[in-house]
Amino acid sequence: MHKKPIYKMPITEGSPLHSETIERLLTSYKIMPGGLLPLLHAIQSEIGYIPKTSVSSIARGLNLSRADVHGVISFYHDFKTQPVGRHRVQICRAEACQSMGSRQLEEHAHRTLAIDYHQTTADGQITLEPVYCLGNCACSPSVRIDDDVYARVDTQRFDTLIAALTSTQ
Amino acid sequence: MRRFYIPQDTTALALGADAVATALCALGIEPIRNGSRGLFWLEPLLEIDSVAGRIGFGPVGAKDIKSILEALDSNPSEHPLFLGAVNEIPYLKSQQRLTYARAGLGDPVCLDTYRQLKGFIGLENALAMSPQQIVDEVAQSGLRGRGGAAFPAGIKWQTVLDAPANDTSSAPHKGQKYIVCNADEGDSGTFADRLVMEADPYQLIEGMAIAGLAVGATQGYIYLRSEYPVAYRLLNTAIQRAQQANLLGHNIAGSNKDFHLEVRLGAGAYICGEETSLLESLEGKRGMVRAKPPLPAIEGLFGQPTVVNNVLTLAAVSSILERGAAAYKNYGMGRSRGTLAIQLGGNIKRGGLIELAFGVTLREIIEEYGQGTYSGLPVRAIQVGGPLGAFLPEAQWDTPLDYEAFSAIGAMIGHGGIVVFDDSADMAAQARFAMEFCVAESCGKCTPCRIGAVRGVEVIDRILANENREENVILLHDLCDTMELGSLCAMGGLTPYPVRSALTHFPTDFNRR
Ligand SMILES: Cc1cc2nc3c(=O)[nH]c(=O)nc-3n(C[C@H](O)[C@H](O)[C@H](O)COP(=O)(O)O)c2cc1C
Ligand code: FES
Repeated sequence: MHKKPIYKMPITEGSPLHSETIERLLTSYKIMPGGLLPLLHAIQSEIGYIPKTSVSSIARGLNLSRADVHGVISFYHDFKTQPVGRHRVQICRAEACQSMGSRQLEEHAHRTLAIDYHQTTADGQITLEPVYCLGNCACSPSVRIDDDVYARVDTQRFDTLIAALTSTQ
Repeated sequence: MRRFYIPQDTTALALGADAVATALCALGIEPIRNGSRGLFWLEPLLEIDSVAGRIGFGPVGAKDIKSILEALDSNPSEHPLFLGAVNEIPYLKSQQRLTYARAGLGDPVCLDTYRQLKGFIGLENALAMSPQQIVDEVAQSGLRGRGGAAFPAGIKWQTVLDAPANDTSSAPHKGQKYIVCNADEGDSGTFADRLVMEADPYQLIEGMAIAGLAVGATQGYIYLRSEYPVAYRLLNTAIQRAQQANLLGHNIAGSNKDFHLEVRLGAGAYICGEETSLLESLEGKRGMVRAKPPLPAIEGLFGQPTVVNNVLTLAAVSSILERGAAAYKNYGMGRSRGTLAIQLGGNIKRGGLIELAFGVTLREIIEEYGQGTYSGLPVRAIQVGGPLGAFLPEAQWDTPLDYEAFSAIGAMIGHGGIVVFDDSADMAAQARFAMEFCVAESCGKCTPCRIGAVRGVEVIDRILANENREENVILLHDLCDTMELGSLCAMGGLTPYPVRSALTHFPTDFNRR
């Protein structure tokens, strides 16, 4: 993971660029014991998601069945099989944040961004996701935007953070 | 020249520490980016070396820098954010810090700082001992696993030491044993592992190397949750520097012993904190819980004998080997020895990391350290031990923090997280959430957990809608029994605890027509 991940704009599924990336990453990860998760993280960090068309190359490269690879991708909340927004905004839904009003914050986020969880705003800027604890529970509610965590996020601070994202692109 | 410190841990950053650092840099002052002391209610906490020791200002924003610098040249104590000597702040001074003794003192990834603060003495001692002697030392300290189950670390290590590695498996696992650090820290209200990794990562690295020497494992993995990007960066830097300094890798410190260490990222699955699910995940599979036996100590990662320990357990090992088992065992009560990393969070005025010997009561923590709720409303309920822990009403707040005392009241200390809820909390909504969380995070392998939780949400909804209330309450209790007794692991097995405690202690919340 890099400090500032660049959620690259989607390229068409199965594009030659994708297969090049995946082949390159496969060479470095296939020798790693238990390397499937690190490989999937690497693919996602470069491409932004894990293209469905890559499943068979991954399976071939790691000597697994396609069902195995698909099973792993679908098990973990982190892995996406669809292009996502330029920024990932995660709202903490866990108890400490609930005790400080994260339920209201969630409602506010859904309303102002006009999306539900796991959806992307129409302009492709923001994908909204739930997260269960960011380890910032002494200063809740917490929100993570890409790789930065923000503390004490009330609705006003949320709006400011979102405005800053959309203005800097 | 004055030295300035401004933390780089997640919470300090989340509260604007980078902006403070930038403001200092703009004035030609390059601050040391230390780890946090864990006094999160004071973050960003700016510290400055002075003749009288380290003095602090907090919480500091970029806009305060100018006036603080002016105050430093005249009378610092007149500045409204002045905190005096940081070591004298009662919240910190009254703690019994072993694991967090170094937290916040310096740059967490600076090896020289770590050495100056008594780092690597435990490893040096261990290098002069036999594996059995190291295991004995850990056993004698009374250290119990800090990940939740409180299993004696010495017994686990002895099992791995005694278990022969399987020689028939294929390379690179042939003849190998493993040390796996559980850094999945999924419980809401917990950040103790994170603080070790972000404020004192070498302590964990040292503890893991000692574990490797103790059981004969030459490969270690830290399974870190992906929700902790700052810890990921700092751990990797620390590991790289430890390798360069020959404290990790081949022939560590010229001892002829090897220990390799790697961080692996989780992928957002709470269940992967459960040790067998974690091992599956490390092997690159779905995080499905394994049936036990075989214990991971005998057939763990890639089928080989494996120590799986929490971050805090492994970190404590470096103090135990540094100061000796007896010194560690002196802290605590009953069978709960040493110190507990209490994590105070939720609706609380002064949240943070409080390291104390076992035995302190919840009330002392909430009232004396926490100073009541953040909202100013009275405290209503306290959840201890993460999402699978019970909600405790006021009548139970005088229970001492001790594993046995907590299990006697149907609660658990778990990983030491304490989440405070004020008067406005709806405990029926919290009970429903406990079931909802289990639906979202169950690995799906066993029915009581996978289906039980779905039914649990439905039954609670019916109770709240006042549909056959009495029958449905009985049904909910039955369902809780089934989940507790029939689940493969503690995910389904403990979800009933928050639910039942909410029902028992806060029944009126379920009775709103
Ligand atoms: C659902 C579930 C989640 C768990 N999550 C964690 C976790 O995040 N971190 C952890 O150290 N232990 C966790 N545990 C406990 C581990 O299974 C295991 O007991 C622990 O890693 C052993 O290390 P210790 O003896 O040092 O505590 C969890 C257990 C269950 C059932
Ligand atoms: S519960 Fe939200 S950060 Fe921990």
